[in-house]
Amino acid sequence: MLQTGSLMANAKTPALPVAVDDTLTMLGSADYVADRSLATAVHLALHLKRPLFLEGEAGVGKTEIAKVLASALKRKLIRLQCYEGLDVASAVYEWDYARQMIEIRLAEAADEGRSEIESAIFSERFLIKRPLLQALEPEIGGAPVLLIDELDRTDEPFEAYLLELLSDFQVTIPEIGTIAAEHPPIVVITSNRTREIHDALKRRCFYYWVDYPNAERELEILKRKAPGAAPELSRTVVGFVQKLRKMDLFKLPGIAETIDWTEALMQLDVLELSPNAINDTLGVLLKYQDDIARVQGSEAARLLDQVKAEIAAAPREA
Amino acid sequence: MAPEPQQDGRLVANLMHFARTLRAAGLPVGPGKVIDAVVAVRAVGITNRADFYWTLHAVFVNRPDQRPLFDQAFHVFWRNPELLKKMMSLILPEMSLDQPEDEKNEMLRRLAEALHPNPESRETGETELEFDAAMTFSDREQLQTMDFEKMSLDELAKAKAAIARLKLPVLDRPTRRFAPDPRGARADLRATLRAALRSGGIIELKRKSRKLRPPPLVVLCDISGSMSRYSRMFLHFMHAITNDRDRVFTFVFGTRLTNITRYLRFRDVDFALDKVAEVVADWSGGTRIGHCLVDFNLLWSRRVLGQGAVVLLITDGLDRDVGIGLAHEMDRLHRSCRRLIWLNPLLRYEGFEPKSLGMRAMLPHVDEFRPVHNLESLESLVAVMSAPQSRLTAAPMLQIGAQAA
Repeated sequence: MLQTGSLMANAKTPALPVAVDDTLTMLGSADYVADRSLATAVHLALHLKRPLFLEGEAGVGKTEIAKVLASALKRKLIRLQCYEGLDVASAVYEWDYARQMIEIRLAEAADEGRSEIESAIFSERFLIKRPLLQALEPEIGGAPVLLIDELDRTDEPFEAYLLELLSDFQVTIPEIGTIAAEHPPIVVITSNRTREIHDALKRRCFYYWVDYPNAERELEILKRKAPGAAPELSRTVVGFVQKLRKMDLFKLPGIAETIDWTEALMQLDVLELSPNAINDTLGVLLKYQDDIARVQGSEAARLLDQVKAEIAAAPREA
Repeated sequence: MAPEPQQDGRLVANLMHFARTLRAAGLPVGPGKVIDAVVAVRAVGITNRADFYWTLHAVFVNRPDQRPLFDQAFHVFWRNPELLKKMMSLILPEMSLDQPEDEKNEMLRRLAEALHPNPESRETGETELEFDAAMTFSDREQLQTMDFEKMSLDELAKAKAAIARLKLPVLDRPTRRFAPDPRGARADLRATLRAALRSGGIIELKRKSRKLRPPPLVVLCDISGSMSRYSRMFLHFMHAITNDRDRVFTFVFGTRLTNITRYLRFRDVDFALDKVAEVVADWSGGTRIGHCLVDFNLLWSRRVLGQGAVVLLITDGLDRDVGIGLAHEMDRLHRSCRRLIWLNPLLRYEGFEPKSLGMRAMLPHVDEFRPVHNLESLESLVAVMSAPQSRLTAAPMLQIGAQAA
């Protein structure tokens, strides 16, 4: 395992992390503040060359992991955004029909034989490679990172198709044959759980449920992602968002919303969170009118007072 | 596998036992997972407990709801092997069975059963009944004996035929996939080229059109006391339709909401209904429609309504909470699904119309209202569902209600 790892790693590209600690450091160096449990799952996926299956609410940083892996390992990132009805033609490969037609016409004019035409027009020259096929191609810096985003948006037939690809890392094109990856790509699959993904697919992956972070980790994330924010503001923002997550809102704010909100507040030159500032910008944080109506006004003021009292009571950070 | 010191052999054996415990406790753990676990543990190395935990977690857990069970099994199994031995013996399961039935203990009970399977207590129906009586699960027992008489072969055949005739008042949706169609609107260039190569001569244009597919169906069925005489039929209906098409999700509610989709997927209808009887706790009790809809909207709507689902709500609209908060939740449900159909088995006799507050809160928020008198058989249910949209839609019903009030 180590041998193949070192063979794969080019002189320029960083090698795979050796232990869970290194994985944690690697994610941290790319500004991703991860739990040790997540680092363990990432580590396993990297070393055992199996897909990583990430599930969780929207905006908790699932997609970000793939991006971070690509940048930290200096690999190419190939992204497949899923949608209902995604088919082989737009996910794996498609023939370039227009060019094939021209080729046939030219071949006819040159009076070529049928078998020559056939082998000519179904060659790789006329193959349009879509993300999944691209991911199987050898890259100079090592196998690419393949992000299959929001798999729950596709339908079951496509999921079944992925089964073969993810277990053997090969694709069969009837006209050409089987194309197999020399080095399997690093696969990250995300799902928002708008429907349950079949167990057969999950079984081939390492599973991880990405949860909302605790206050400490969220503050750390905010420090890295919104470095310009005043520490006081960040603490109040995190405290307020954490309070919101305890309410039974229809859609709880994710980390992405926390970052967006902080940036919005900074844009408006808000140095200290006030009920008015919250009311003006609540739309960044909550995305359903019912939720906004519930929080806006007195509820927001009440939560803010609580947060401020807690911060005042807590020992100050160095 | 490479020859490793003896310790490794013991680890493998322990992992195998752990996997078997999980499997018996209800997690889908196959033999392949054990091998995966051994490989994974070697890749991470046993340096600390947390890493070991998360390594096994990544291998064995597939869904968020499996996490508590895994967590408990892990701590029981790996912290104290002695405790495990105790659990294996006869004493502990009995002790844990005496504990009150809150959720955690329920989990522990499953675990205890997994560690110590007791075949006698779940062998025959007779023993089960005695067991249940001792545990005072009388309401569940009632469900099993009174309502769930076995379905005869004749009934089964009729049910299948009825479901085959069922045509929901919902149009199939076009998908983004295409199927060959000689009269299709689009040219299928791929098929055209391949055909051209086969024939050689003239290139014949092949055509394709979009495939149609029925939208997902979500059934929310009231099983409270006022609906109890229809329960067996509705469960048969839901079972038949679950096994007839894909993307059907079924929920029952009385005072709380239960997702029974998984149980209804069992092919054998009697077996499936027995399973449902086991998990549904609020049989033939009161109705809290609003409360159950809150649960549905919060926990399930995003998971099952995502792809343009049609919701079939089966209830008589008699609500114990007299419609408090119901309008709001109905509105939310209505706005998150493609079409909301309310099937109301009005009670007893022709002309009877319950004008409850719950009903009036719900009516403005449904796309289609289908009242039915004297619902007697699955056939009549299917006939009602398949009928074209009647004149008795929500608006006139509301007027009737208002006039009477």
